[in-house]
Amino acid sequence: MNGTPPRYGAPQRRAFAISLALTLAALAAGLDRAKAGETVTDGRGRLVEITDTSRIVSIGGSVTEILYDLDLADRIVAVDDTSLYPPEALKTKPSVGYVRALSAEGVLSQGPTLILAEADAGPPPVVDVLMSAAVPFVVLDGRKTPEAVADHIRFVAKAVGETQKGDALAKEVEVGFDRLAAARAKVATPPRVVFVMSLRDGQPLVAGEGTAADAMIRLAGAENAAKGIKGYKAMTTEAMVEAAPEAVIMMRQGPTPVTAETVFAAPAFAGSPAAQAKRLVLVDGLGALGFGPRSPEILLSLCGALDPACTAPAP
Amino acid sequence: MTSATTRDVTATRPLGDRTGRGRLTLAGAALVLVAAAVLSLALGPTGISLDAVPRVVRALLAGGTASPEIARERLVLVDIRLTRTVLGILVGASLGITGAMMQGLFRNPLADPGLVGASTGAGLAAVAMIALGGGALAPVVALLGTEAVPVAAVIGAFATTLLLYAIATRQRQTSTATLLLAGVAIGAFAGALTGLIVFGADDRQLRDITFWTLGSLGGAAWPKLAAALPFFAVALAAAPLLARPLNALLLGEAEAVHLGIATEQAKRLAIAAAACAVGASVALSGVIGFVGIVVPHVVRLAAGPDHRIVLPGSALAGAALLLLADTIARVVVAPAELPIGIVTAAIGAPFFLWLLLRQRSGIV
Repeated sequence: MNGTPPRYGAPQRRAFAISLALTLAALAAGLDRAKAGETVTDGRGRLVEITDTSRIVSIGGSVTEILYDLDLADRIVAVDDTSLYPPEALKTKPSVGYVRALSAEGVLSQGPTLILAEADAGPPPVVDVLMSAAVPFVVLDGRKTPEAVADHIRFVAKAVGETQKGDALAKEVEVGFDRLAAARAKVATPPRVVFVMSLRDGQPLVAGEGTAADAMIRLAGAENAAKGIKGYKAMTTEAMVEAAPEAVIMMRQGPTPVTAETVFAAPAFAGSPAAQAKRLVLVDGLGALGFGPRSPEILLSLCGALDPACTAPAP
Repeated sequence: MTSATTRDVTATRPLGDRTGRGRLTLAGAALVLVAAAVLSLALGPTGISLDAVPRVVRALLAGGTASPEIARERLVLVDIRLTRTVLGILVGASLGITGAMMQGLFRNPLADPGLVGASTGAGLAAVAMIALGGGALAPVVALLGTEAVPVAAVIGAFATTLLLYAIATRQRQTSTATLLLAGVAIGAFAGALTGLIVFGADDRQLRDITFWTLGSLGGAAWPKLAAALPFFAVALAAAPLLARPLNALLLGEAEAVHLGIATEQAKRLAIAAAACAVGASVALSGVIGFVGIVVPHVVRLAAGPDHRIVLPGSALAGAALLLLADTIARVVVAPAELPIGIVTAAIGAPFFLWLLLRQRSGIV
């Protein structure tokens, strides 16, 4: 951002002040000149040349988490609504909106020199406009697997010129997943569980096949009792009684705190082993479903909560 | 010189009155539209303002490569904002004008441009494309790429309209009552199909579908605008041909025929115009409700029922409303943006109620 700063109208005065402050801070921190000149092949197979990584717009929870883990928080100028971890990301940075509902001018208004986005970024026409802008727009691939987490870390690190830091972090994550696999191997019979997205009027909305929650359940050494369902669907009471889950997993965040009493009051769970043992396991939704750097620990604690035998060897 | 503005609005006016209130309404709507267009170009989260226009124009005329700063200004002003302004004008004008046509044709104050099935069909086709693009409809996506959804929407709009028209037409006579009722039935059926597709959609597709059903001008781009222009042109060009027939239809269909009006031709033209307007609008900006139904009433409240005023007035006012709504949608939660459907209803509905309360004259 050299030359005269753009003139702002009244509504944008605050945004301007923030961006001016950031610009001055960036100029003052001349020592922290970003390394430059990387060319990466992104998740869509586009060759993107990155020349300046001093002002990054980070779109998608896992991208933001990786950038924070690489100690690059000060280079992030804006995040999106799914950047829930670390919590200070959304508290201290402006949001460009929900990952699937971006605004082209909104993203560019943050004066980025690099836009890093998850595969989910959308809507497609807006992404097309952003890809035609002069600012490098780099998008990850959409895989949600343990291998992908390490790959995404290395990819983001390469894009921002921090390959060494990225390698170290990726190795940590790989070791974490290896420990998880070792712990999982101790589970004799995988417990049958259901992941309940919400309980509206006592009807559970469950995660079926092909969902991130389904992958999470399998990685935590359990078996998804919601069989024959694809995606997130409401499950009938009768089918749930038939499924007889041994534990119910729900997300911790939400407007009303969930308690075992309220969940197991639902007729769907009547008589199930989970209700008899009052086994409700609460997970950090984004951490467990988002496949970011924290996934191994979160999955390991979920695995241990479902089956006491699931313990990792000492590191 | 008698002042036209002091006349009692509840007094009956002869239909041929194009003076006074009518002209004033058109002039007012045109002024608001110009102001809305300037605002829409001047405002945005990047803070780039109209003072960049001369620089961008000079750079465009000079050709060659401009400085990065000017290139950014050009991208924001020409490729992001101007495309939205043009799209807003085209969508708003054609929805407003075809809404007025449908209300006149069906003599029903609740008629809107989607009445003859175009919205239903466009919506079903687009939702199907979003949700099944990776599965059953993959070959279509392979063929059309990112244009699959807009093309599907246009085809869906015309297919449903043609089907309805065929159902309601016997011996070259189209029954408007049959059209309305068949439209309700087909709408319900398409709604069921849409529901079934939504039921099978995954998270990402659901998000896209939800966003798309609230509408947005964010996907505007020059090639798309060029491709959709003929459809909008048909919708707008039909107006001058329809003003007299619609005026005659105010008296009733039999009376219009006795006056020597070719009612069947007028019906066909109005229905075709509505299908074009809705198909192209839905394809480019998703479903934007409210404009087509309320804008014509606002114009009638201000200027009376003469279609020679109501049709152009609805085009001007529809475009102005949509542009203002889009500007608000872009600025209020910047750098994010609101879906436009939320804003059109939020600013249009109170204004409309205020008008209704202010002048309780009968609405045609």
